[in-house]
Amino acid sequence: MKVSMTVNGQQRTDEVEPRLLLAHYLREVCGLKATNIGCDTTSCGACTVVVDGLTVKSCTVLAAQADGAQVTTLEGLAGPDGELHPVQRAFREEHGLQCGFCTPGMVMAAIGVLADNPDPSDREVREGLEGNLCRCTGYHNIVRAVRTAAQAGPTAGQVPQAQEVQA
Amino acid sequence: MSILGTRVVRTEDPLFLTRGATYTDDLVDDRLTGALHATFVRSQVAHGRLLSVDASAAREAPGVVAVFTAEDCTDLAPIPAGLPMVPPAMIRPWLATDAVRFVGDIVAVVLTEERYQGEDAAELVSVDVDPLPAVVTTADSARDEVLLFPEAGTNVMAAFGEPAPEDFFVGCEVVVTQRMVNQRVAPVPLETRAAAAAWGEDGRVTIWCTNQGAQQAKGEIAGWLGLDPARVHLVTPDVGGGFGAKIGADPEYAFVAWLAQQAGRPVRWTESRSENLVGMLHGRGQDQVVTIGGRRDGTIEAYSLVVDQDCGAYPRVGIILPTLTMLMAAATYAFPKVHAQARALATNTTSIGAYRGAGRPEATAAVERSIDLFAAEIGMDPAEVRRKNLVPAFSEPHTTPSGATYDSGEYVAALDKALEAAGYAELRAEQTRRRERGDVRQLGIGLSTYVEITGADTGLGAAESAELEVHPDGTATVLTGTSPHGQGHATAWAMLASDQLGIPVEKITVLHGDTDRIPRGGGTMGSRSLQQGGAAVHQAATELIEVAKQRAAEQLEADPADLQVDLTSAGLSVRGTPGAGITFAQLAEKEPLVVQTRFEAAAPTFPFGAHVAVVEVDVESGKAELQRLVAVDDAGVIVNPLLAEGQRHGGFAQGVAQALLEEVLYDADGNPQTSTLADYPFVSATELPSFELVDMATPTPINPLGAKGIGEAGTIGSTPAVHNAVIDAVAHLGVRHVDMPTTPMRVWRAIQQAQQEGTH
Amino acid sequence: MIPGPFELVRPGTVEDAVAALVEHGDDAKILAGGHSLLPLMKLRLAMPSVLIDIGRIPGLSYVRVEGDEVAIGAGTRHHELEKDPVAQAEVPILPYVASQVGDPQVRHRGTIGGTVAHSDPASDLPTALLALGGSVVAQGPDGRRSIPVTEFWLGFFETALEPDELVVELRVPRTGSAGWGYEKFTRRANDWPIVAAAAVEGRVALANMAGAVVRATATEEALARGASIEEAAALAAEGTSPSADMHADAEYRQHLARLLTRRALEKAAGAGAAAA
Repeated sequence: MKVSMTVNGQQRTDEVEPRLLLAHYLREVCGLKATNIGCDTTSCGACTVVVDGLTVKSCTVLAAQADGAQVTTLEGLAGPDGELHPVQRAFREEHGLQCGFCTPGMVMAAIGVLADNPDPSDREVREGLEGNLCRCTGYHNIVRAVRTAAQAGPTAGQVPQAQEVQA
Repeated sequence: MSILGTRVVRTEDPLFLTRGATYTDDLVDDRLTGALHATFVRSQVAHGRLLSVDASAAREAPGVVAVFTAEDCTDLAPIPAGLPMVPPAMIRPWLATDAVRFVGDIVAVVLTEERYQGEDAAELVSVDVDPLPAVVTTADSARDEVLLFPEAGTNVMAAFGEPAPEDFFVGCEVVVTQRMVNQRVAPVPLETRAAAAAWGEDGRVTIWCTNQGAQQAKGEIAGWLGLDPARVHLVTPDVGGGFGAKIGADPEYAFVAWLAQQAGRPVRWTESRSENLVGMLHGRGQDQVVTIGGRRDGTIEAYSLVVDQDCGAYPRVGIILPTLTMLMAAATYAFPKVHAQARALATNTTSIGAYRGAGRPEATAAVERSIDLFAAEIGMDPAEVRRKNLVPAFSEPHTTPSGATYDSGEYVAALDKALEAAGYAELRAEQTRRRERGDVRQLGIGLSTYVEITGADTGLGAAESAELEVHPDGTATVLTGTSPHGQGHATAWAMLASDQLGIPVEKITVLHGDTDRIPRGGGTMGSRSLQQGGAAVHQAATELIEVAKQRAAEQLEADPADLQVDLTSAGLSVRGTPGAGITFAQLAEKEPLVVQTRFEAAAPTFPFGAHVAVVEVDVESGKAELQRLVAVDDAGVIVNPLLAEGQRHGGFAQGVAQALLEEVLYDADGNPQTSTLADYPFVSATELPSFELVDMATPTPINPLGAKGIGEAGTIGSTPAVHNAVIDAVAHLGVRHVDMPTTPMRVWRAIQQAQQEGTH
Repeated sequence: MIPGPFELVRPGTVEDAVAALVEHGDDAKILAGGHSLLPLMKLRLAMPSVLIDIGRIPGLSYVRVEGDEVAIGAGTRHHELEKDPVAQAEVPILPYVASQVGDPQVRHRGTIGGTVAHSDPASDLPTALLALGGSVVAQGPDGRRSIPVTEFWLGFFETALEPDELVVELRVPRTGSAGWGYEKFTRRANDWPIVAAAAVEGRVALANMAGAVVRATATEEALARGASIEEAAALAAEGTSPSADMHADAEYRQHLARLLTRRALEKAAGAGAAAA
């Protein structure tokens, strides 16, 4: 079947199997390899991307379900001049990543947390990231990074291409 | 001011945060064009006679290029055991032949054009197994009634040590004994196992895989496949976590290389998480009996630890883990007598390997729980019992009754710092108030002290190689034999070179994990990297300066002894002659300015620390929640506090997870109960507080950096502190011990039982 | 892991969706948010040959007052219910319970109709709906019918829906400021409940105490007789037959049912008092 969607601002149309998962569509068809797959059960959140302004786990969405949608992945966050998104910048400053595998999903989920709550407490960040697993950082610096990013203001809870992450 | 000791943010991160790292499954490489996908078919039965494997339907499925079963692989020689004590009858075959021995044992492999076709075809492989009783626990195994390897005549893979002398505890006023479980856990690096292989026209194979040491993995795979090592090029791209479970090659990796040869096409394999949770090595898995004896004044006189190590179905590193547990049995204490003994046992479960701490957390957990049991028995504050028995501060090597020689330590100071930072007296006062009020949420305070061994000789030598080259454009390249997978070596190694050469960190590229470029290397494991790999980079920079001085002396017509490093210009200047000098980059213009070196560590190092955990336990439900974790971790001199703290945080989380949550479970038939992340309770952000770190740095004389390992210490210290805290929270209700993980049901039941016993 | 192959049907109306169900029968499954179904399909515990994607049918997501009831469209996603001002004012237990489902990403996709039709005994929203009372509106080839929630969940993955019926709406009584409590017991925040108890206006429902969500009828009867919360909650496990798994055996689940019922009732009483 044919699906059309806008991925990181680029409109595209592809012929896919109905069962193709959005995560595999992004990785294999679009060649966007930042989005990782860490489990089979919608548990780990490594595959989190933003679809029509909302964070979703792309391993549990069919590409066909995203037909017509606007999709943003980690690759779509930095500005054209390479300027980091506030959440990307904060993850670096606070050492919020180690092996990097959970990071693309964690960054996208963090943007969703900040869209929902622009100035969360530690506890609210932890609850907001309950669907994203990290084995390296113990979450300590991820929580700090999200709180640091919040200081940047509303842009920390938004993705580019004028797609706001809705609460 | 030196860059060392400062919080340099990682040079790795901009790419990781914008394009993502490049893990094995992400590779786009011409050599992998047209790669086939391998899908392993695994046994769904824990133990049984393998009667037949019928792949005929799978062979007809769309996209299937080939299906291999044991009878298609007869020209593969059995995988040699990497460890000397392994009984030959227990060696793992490539594919299950006569028997299946755990859920996850490989019975066939399917090669397909597309990844999705592999799962469809694997479903069509029909495996006929005549089930045998499953050996699930070490107790079942030790009975030797059902044997995994009948030819071996026993399930015992190895035995270490002798029973304690009968009079070992004679004369002690108080003797406490406890059976306890250091449960099996799953390492769960977020990146599952993955490999790719392509053969070149030159007869060499390039293997990409996610692993903690390319050089070791290459040697193993070459050996298993009977290949001249010169024909194997192994690359570890970015690696998404390891935690010990990616040490050494797995048979699947070698298999992928062999399949690529058979098919005449490149082959890729990336396992699913469900496959990973049964196929990748698990960790821990010890059943322990501790006995501790001493006087009522708190002096401990004798301590015994007897271990049954669950090794799973086939011997891997698990077989030697108890030797590390035995080595570290005496821990931080000055016990006059220490006894340790162990057996390594086969069960119909996933094989056990190294997991963050690997043998040492088990030693610490055993002794720290024992101290609390002893303290409870004599009615003394557990902090006081520890203080009375800790080894006093030492700067000359200290040798323990269990045979370890510690380099430097200040255990009492570590404990006191932790207690002070936690506000121990006020915590005890708050605990008393809650107990008096009969609150639903009771407070528990748990302590641990620990010492562990890092940079131990893993059999490949306690040494590491480094190559350092300065280029004419002012950049530099470091080649290291360590194998970072989150630790930040690219940043830290650049800092070490920058510190001596003055070349900015962002101009130094650190390369690793490619056996053609870096033939020698020990990888990253056992918290060895900084103290050996970092020390090698440090040594390389020192040697490079000497080479530069010789070369500069000729060019500047100066005495080498008058040349000194000028960090500002990243070069050399002539002492007493302002303006006379030359940069390292200029010295690299005519001929390469490069050194290769190898740092040999004289001995391992022994980081130590003390943790205080504060938990709240809902005594009506039994649920324990960690409120605080205060940690003193002394790893000697710190090169980059940002990275060292990150290692500690991650270690704490995994340690807490073992105390409170995580456990790999099997039913009585050996069926895994935790084979997805929906079932395996991987610790998430909501179960953890932010951690309270206390700094302490006692340098080691063992290496010029003064650094000890920090990768595993957090895990080792936190588990017993949290475990003790949970039990402490309900101790006033009569609870003496609860095994890990301290699940709500276990804690609730322990309270019920204690109260029933109390009323009788 | 990936689902087995299937044909995807994308109806534009509920009528077309029902027609597709009639055509494909047992081979077909309804796909809404997909957060119950797709995980099962990836593990190949479910292998339908046809998926009917109702996600593109307009007009299935709403929360509105209709007389004494609140009507909720089956396509309403958990996060929409969580934030909905009408739901917050008229039936506040539902937005709270919606906020307790899974994690934010799951709540962005999962729908109330999906979780109702799935009939997992451990699901949050059915537990709250059962405590609220009200009904499930299903549409089949012969039109719509209303099924009381007390008759809807029959067992593990088993409901009163006919194979050719589709959940289109949930109807619950307006509770306004009446007290309510929802106590979910998990080991980790985003786990399924080991046991959960929902209490509202003297009605109590339990998750994971049987093959489907159940009412704690002995507790409700005791409350109706004027028993204290403590006495009534002590009866919460009566007649339940919880399963044993790695988190809890039957005895512990029954203990939790009593404990959580007491706490939910206390919260309901406290919240009611505070609001009054």
